[in-house]
Amino acid sequence: MVSDRIFGLVVTLVALGYIASATQIQTSFLADPLGPKAFPYLVGGVGVLCGAVIVLRPDPDPAWPGLATIGALAVATLVLIAYAYTLVPLGFIIPTAVTAAILSYQISPRVVPSILTGIGLSVGLFIIFKFALGLSLVAFSDAIIGG
Amino acid sequence: MDLLANLSLGFSIALNPFTLMLAVFGCFIGTIIGALPGLGPSNGVAILIPLAFALNLDAVSALVLMTAVYYGAMYGGRISSILLNIPGDEPAMMTTLDGYPMAKAGRAGDALVLSGVASFVGALLATIGLMLLAPSLARVAFLFGPAENFALYLLAFATLGGLASNNQAKSALAACIGLGIAVVGVDNNSGLPRLTGGNLHLFDGIDFLVAIVGLFAVAEVFMFIESQGKNTSIGVKLERVTVPVKAIVSSGWTMLRASGVGFVAGILPGAGASLGSFLAYMTEKSIAGDKGGFGTGVPKGVAAPEAGNNAAAGGALVPMLTLGVPGSGTTAVLLALLMTLNITPGPTLFTERPEVVWGLIASLLIANFVLLLMNVPMVRIFVYILSVPAWILLPGVMMISFVGIFSLSGSYFDLLLMIAFGVLGYVLRKLSVPTVPIILGILLGKHMEDALRDAMVLSQGDWTYLFSSPIAIGLWSVAAIGFVAPMFLRKVLAKPERVAD
Repeated sequence: MVSDRIFGLVVTLVALGYIASATQIQTSFLADPLGPKAFPYLVGGVGVLCGAVIVLRPDPDPAWPGLATIGALAVATLVLIAYAYTLVPLGFIIPTAVTAAILSYQISPRVVPSILTGIGLSVGLFIIFKFALGLSLVAFSDAIIGG
Repeated sequence: MDLLANLSLGFSIALNPFTLMLAVFGCFIGTIIGALPGLGPSNGVAILIPLAFALNLDAVSALVLMTAVYYGAMYGGRISSILLNIPGDEPAMMTTLDGYPMAKAGRAGDALVLSGVASFVGALLATIGLMLLAPSLARVAFLFGPAENFALYLLAFATLGGLASNNQAKSALAACIGLGIAVVGVDNNSGLPRLTGGNLHLFDGIDFLVAIVGLFAVAEVFMFIESQGKNTSIGVKLERVTVPVKAIVSSGWTMLRASGVGFVAGILPGAGASLGSFLAYMTEKSIAGDKGGFGTGVPKGVAAPEAGNNAAAGGALVPMLTLGVPGSGTTAVLLALLMTLNITPGPTLFTERPEVVWGLIASLLIANFVLLLMNVPMVRIFVYILSVPAWILLPGVMMISFVGIFSLSGSYFDLLLMIAFGVLGYVLRKLSVPTVPIILGILLGKHMEDALRDAMVLSQGDWTYLFSSPIAIGLWSVAAIGFVAPMFLRKVLAKPERVAD
């Protein structure tokens, strides 16, 4: 109940914000009868309606995970963001091994299998991608091997 | 004989050794994807598309590979349903009802072979149906103008949301999220940016592959982290595999009926394979009556949903190829593949690119026989693969997603966007907001808006033009019924509970 009411409220506000930013769309002199604003208005309008219905007729609450699990999910998200930023500067192997090991540990918290999974996936996928599929990946960047 | 000429064109392409190899490879990968719990057909096809694209395959090869994966996944879904009581993908849910009890009774081998044969019958009949029906539907689709197309897109959203979700507002909202995202980027008509917030990365719009991989694959990994891999229960052992001739023969009519039901369900835009297997199972259950023993592990209860779901998978290709409107989540992903390859599905596809359509159909016919071979005599291999634990599989899925998206554009912005879609997908799934309409919205948004704007140009701004032809009125009515009717039918369509251990 509560989840859906909050969710519906957020949806309504986002949809209103969407409509508000759609009013800022520039129109050109070549405009067709409908113009570039009408469709976003329509979508935003239906969105507001949906949000309102969800607030008024909420579903039962889902089973939200405990704080520890939410923390784990937040950590996973941060690790993935870090992975996105380090993939180019550090090359493929090291960031992939670290990220895969952390994710593996989060699904099944055992240290040694996780580390092995990380290294195995990283090297294995690199070989497949680089040599079987011919993608242009860099194993270690110049910054690491000092080249 | 148009059909024969077209088919021979198709087979001349499909029997090319390279294409044939791709089809076999796709079938194998697809069966694995279908069998592994947590990696359904939409996820699997979604993470493979960027890779197929990075390989620089030509349009026909890429399409053959991915549809082979799609068909393979539909076959593979039954393996974990039967052995683990966990559906490998959503449509295989119904197979757990009788498949798992059969496996517990020591007939796992029988159930696997029987369901493999049922999958074959369903998929083969549906491919033949596709071959016969699609060209004539394509001719009808030539009559569609912008007004009809707009109504057709609306119909897809209405039926998809109506049938797939338990809450109309939430499925309509999902469609709005998708359509709202599709608007972002430079407007085709005026050439001016819309809703980009001045961010240069967004001028080209948001790549639907980024959204698909994020909403499906990344969100799935988050779901697994939440459950700590608890969904991987220990299943039934597979002792010996023989061919249960008696069971196959006795469920012959069941397979044929279920294929028919499944195919029709597949054709309905938005309904898809889950509805196909559900309706096929329920039809057979009511034909068999109380004495049929459905739910206790009878062969017919395994044959019906498998024939139904594979027939629906073939049926779902009909609207996707002829109208450009996908009939299920996975065909939505296949539509994304077509768009990436610059192929516009629709009636013109059949006249302008016959080699694509008929090469695909011929490959599907071949793929069916390959899949039958893989899934009956070689089923043991896939049973071994099933034992890959979630803590290796899911990090692997995530890494493949990253490499795939990264190889598309080489920009970290797309990776961040993919993570954001993953988080969004997780929250929406917790709140039981369906994610397939979002994908459909992102894919079809531009076309839908163009159809609306073209209609208004033609009619000089007269709204009644949208309802001016019989076809358009028909589509609007079906859309309205498809959206409203499930609210009243929900009790009738309630899904049976899974068998508890």
